[in-house]
Amino acid sequence: MTWGVESVSVAFGDHIALDDVTLSLEPGRIAVVVGGDGAGKTTLCRTVVGLEEVTTGEVSRPPRTCFQPESSGVWVDLTVIENLDFVARGYGLDPVHARSRIEELLDVTNLADARDRLGRQLSGGMQQRLGVAMAVLSEPELLVLDEPTTGLDPISRLELWSFINRSAREGRAVLVSTTYLDEAPRGDMILALDEGRVLASGSLDEAVRTMPGKLFESDRKMGALSWHRGRSWRVWSPNGELVPGASETVPDLADVVTVAALAGEQV
Amino acid sequence: MTSIEADSLSKRYGNVHAVDDLSLAVQSGEVVGLLGANGAGKTTTMKMLLGLLTPSSGIALIAGQPVRSVDRRSMGYVPQGLGLYRDLTVSENVAFAAASFGVVFPDLERAGLADVADQRIGRLSLGTQRRVAFLVARAHDPSVLILDEPTSGVGPLGRAHLWETIRETAASGAAVLVSTHHMDEAEECDRVVLVARGRGVASGSVKEVIAGAVSVSVSGDATDESLKAVAATGATVLADGPGWRVVGADRDVVAGLVGPSVRVSEVPATFEEAFVALSS
Repeated sequence: MTWGVESVSVAFGDHIALDDVTLSLEPGRIAVVVGGDGAGKTTLCRTVVGLEEVTTGEVSRPPRTCFQPESSGVWVDLTVIENLDFVARGYGLDPVHARSRIEELLDVTNLADARDRLGRQLSGGMQQRLGVAMAVLSEPELLVLDEPTTGLDPISRLELWSFINRSAREGRAVLVSTTYLDEAPRGDMILALDEGRVLASGSLDEAVRTMPGKLFESDRKMGALSWHRGRSWRVWSPNGELVPGASETVPDLADVVTVAALAGEQV
Repeated sequence: MTSIEADSLSKRYGNVHAVDDLSLAVQSGEVVGLLGANGAGKTTTMKMLLGLLTPSSGIALIAGQPVRSVDRRSMGYVPQGLGLYRDLTVSENVAFAAASFGVVFPDLERAGLADVADQRIGRLSLGTQRRVAFLVARAHDPSVLILDEPTSGVGPLGRAHLWETIRETAASGAAVLVSTHHMDEAEECDRVVLVARGRGVASGSVKEVIAGAVSVSVSGDATDESLKAVAATGATVLADGPGWRVVGADRDVVAGLVGPSVRVSEVPATFEEAFVALSS
């Protein structure tokens, strides 16, 4: 069974928020949508869960779909356990089963010691872990997480990704949006967006393999198609011609996405 | 020349040590990254170095002088909130900063901002807002530039452009101190300083920080109970693809806890994992 969006466009008045986007979501696999502010990540998440109407294209999702918005969705005036209890009751879960599931989730999210703390007393990372725990409590088939790691420090991000990975292993399809490009390889599928259009998609290998032209490394800036990267410069040759004074290098995802953004500027 | 220096800086709020005996130095022409968890003390350190917060103890020096006695025109700062006036246009924001520092209005064309000169800040994308904040911070040609998470929320090409500007600023002789949550941006820095609970726990190039650090890779056959036992030793256990990565534990200890049928091996730590191990 596969869900997702097929050739979807979404417009708000004159503004095209998503432009011909396709993404498949499969059980047990994590799809990562990456892009800066205004790229269309939130619109895509909201479209997948049915909160936005599409202008064109098709959307499919399973009956049991859960969505965690960017704000984490935690009620700050309730304790950790009250937040989880409230969601369990909202879904009408069997109380005995819910109790056991809540204890399991408290354990794997490292929130067991914080069970009686108010939502407002949790760190950002703990709030996001609680938010994801609330989203998976009802054991959805599809889990959609909008920027769960934004603003979190690297340690909290690692812990959250560990939990997301566990959720996928339980057999559910997961869609995660993020502004951090270095998180993209944690998923099975990648969709890089910029101003609503797709810059790169597929598995990490596919995205790198299908990059047009060739990439070179230089010790200096070489025109409009070069950019600073680490301790040197990258130079993109759209037609694959050799760049004198630069050596060919193997692109990674950051290069692929930057090339796609540059290609968009050239149009 | 040492342009930015924190000498045993501490900042206490009651019993909370936001910054605890932290020392660092940034030379002219150098970009140093300040990395740490939320609440580790990065912003507090930056504010003390800028003279915006008074240290509880220790001293913040700019070009060898106590920061309080330093001409503000030698310093540029981009805070997390950018510090721009959202209801003013790009031109008005830049003109206000230029007039405040008594310098010539900078070239918006050269900064790639001519097209948005008459637009209000609040209507611009975050990436463009950050470019304006950079221009404002650099308009008076400071010898010290302090940037608090300058690329947060910016797309890949925008980030590449911002880093180009940061490197240009350093190449012109400025000392740059920058905090970031993007681990891949650590590679853009000449050196990084890792901060945990207000203290400096490591410094050097990314390679130097990682050097020799190892993690333990555990196959997916390990039981939850055995992984809990590993975590109980104080190690961090992370799901990774079909298997697990354990940070901060000895291979033999992990192997003993997960049992003989589970494949366990020592692997080079990633920068993130080295960061976790040092921060724990």
